[in-house]
Amino acid sequence: MAVKTLKIDDQLLSARGEETILEAAAASGIHIPTLCYLQGVASWGACRLCLIEVEGSSKLLPACVTPVAEGMVVQTQTERLNNYRRMIVELLFAEGNHICAVCVSNNHCELQDLAIEMGIDHVRFAYQFPDRSVDISHSQFGVDHNRCVLCTRCIRVCDEIEGAHTWDMAGRGRTSHVITDLNQPWGEATSCTSCGKCVNACPTGSIFRRGSTVAEMEHHRAQLEFISTARTKREWVQQ
Amino acid sequence: MTKLKLATVWLGGCSGCHMSFLDLDEWLFELAQQVDLVYSPFMDAKQYPQGVDVALVEGAVANTDHLEMIRKVRDRTHYLIAFGDCAITGNVTALRNVSATVEAVLQRSYIDVADLFPQLPAAEGIVPPLLDRVQPVHAIIPVDLYLPGCPPSASRIRFALEALLRGDRPQLEGHDLLKFG
Repeated sequence: MAVKTLKIDDQLLSARGEETILEAAAASGIHIPTLCYLQGVASWGACRLCLIEVEGSSKLLPACVTPVAEGMVVQTQTERLNNYRRMIVELLFAEGNHICAVCVSNNHCELQDLAIEMGIDHVRFAYQFPDRSVDISHSQFGVDHNRCVLCTRCIRVCDEIEGAHTWDMAGRGRTSHVITDLNQPWGEATSCTSCGKCVNACPTGSIFRRGSTVAEMEHHRAQLEFISTARTKREWVQQ
Repeated sequence: MTKLKLATVWLGGCSGCHMSFLDLDEWLFELAQQVDLVYSPFMDAKQYPQGVDVALVEGAVANTDHLEMIRKVRDRTHYLIAFGDCAITGNVTALRNVSATVEAVLQRSYIDVADLFPQLPAAEGIVPPLLDRVQPVHAIIPVDLYLPGCPPSASRIRFALEALLRGDRPQLEGHDLLKFG
């Protein structure tokens, strides 16, 4: 596909026609915050953190699913965008039960990192304290719905890379939650191959290895990248 | 020059933030030369005084005593700092907000899992009743600065206090100064 020329944050750059704004920006060292985006699986556009302003469009567009176009003029760091991003992250904290101090992913968490990046020193919205469950029926892994931000990365990585499609989404609105198989306990989900890709894909401490305690749970994204690079580019290389 | 009047307050928290304050070690001597500590769990003052310049408030608002105290502290303090995650988010103190009623929490803590003499604590005027919901400090009264962390590290506390002693508003940014948890 033809090369497109566009401007991101006043920087003139060229990108391949099939690239998204997020990919083109990343290739030029321009950082756009993301949460539901995971390299190697389909983009979802769910978290809205990568929203950007495009000249000539009154709507804000998600950079992860918006293709580049010739002559496009993009802004990624305006006051309006930063205000919305901060609000989104604050709402995520208010919506679930995120207690960093006692979380397995403390210090290794993308939500926690986003809070730092957005300069969040407190949450303006009322905490909802939802009544959510923890499932540790699987022999190796557990899922704590209190810490889930509904990014659907586990669903996509399980479906697209492992090919098992153990994970899916159930419920609507504030009752939305991820499920295994037909909303069965994870330990009884016969489609699960126990590969652990969902554990590595999870941005928070929601899906974890059993036995890990506070701040012990690290995600190995490189393993996912290895598999997706091997599949898409036929290159078996460790990053 | 009059010294800055500093207070520290302990609401519903584990006192870990105050322990972290003590981790300031020898810098406490320098601090002591620049401030008058007028109220704190570290000292013997029965009443929260008037005209406090800066107060560090640890802990969430979990019972009726905390509620009365935090309003008094706000009334009598120029610059109020929500000190640590419990004050800012509710943190571990607010874990009981998830589904449990006050009665269920007390039943679980003092009856179900009690090894000896299971009984509910009750002494009117001495043991303050729990509030239905644990709240972060800023849900009750306006807060001037948020100093997150569980606990905030000694260096983070020092950064904030040094800025205030210079008369500046502390600019807390980045992993070392801002992180929850």
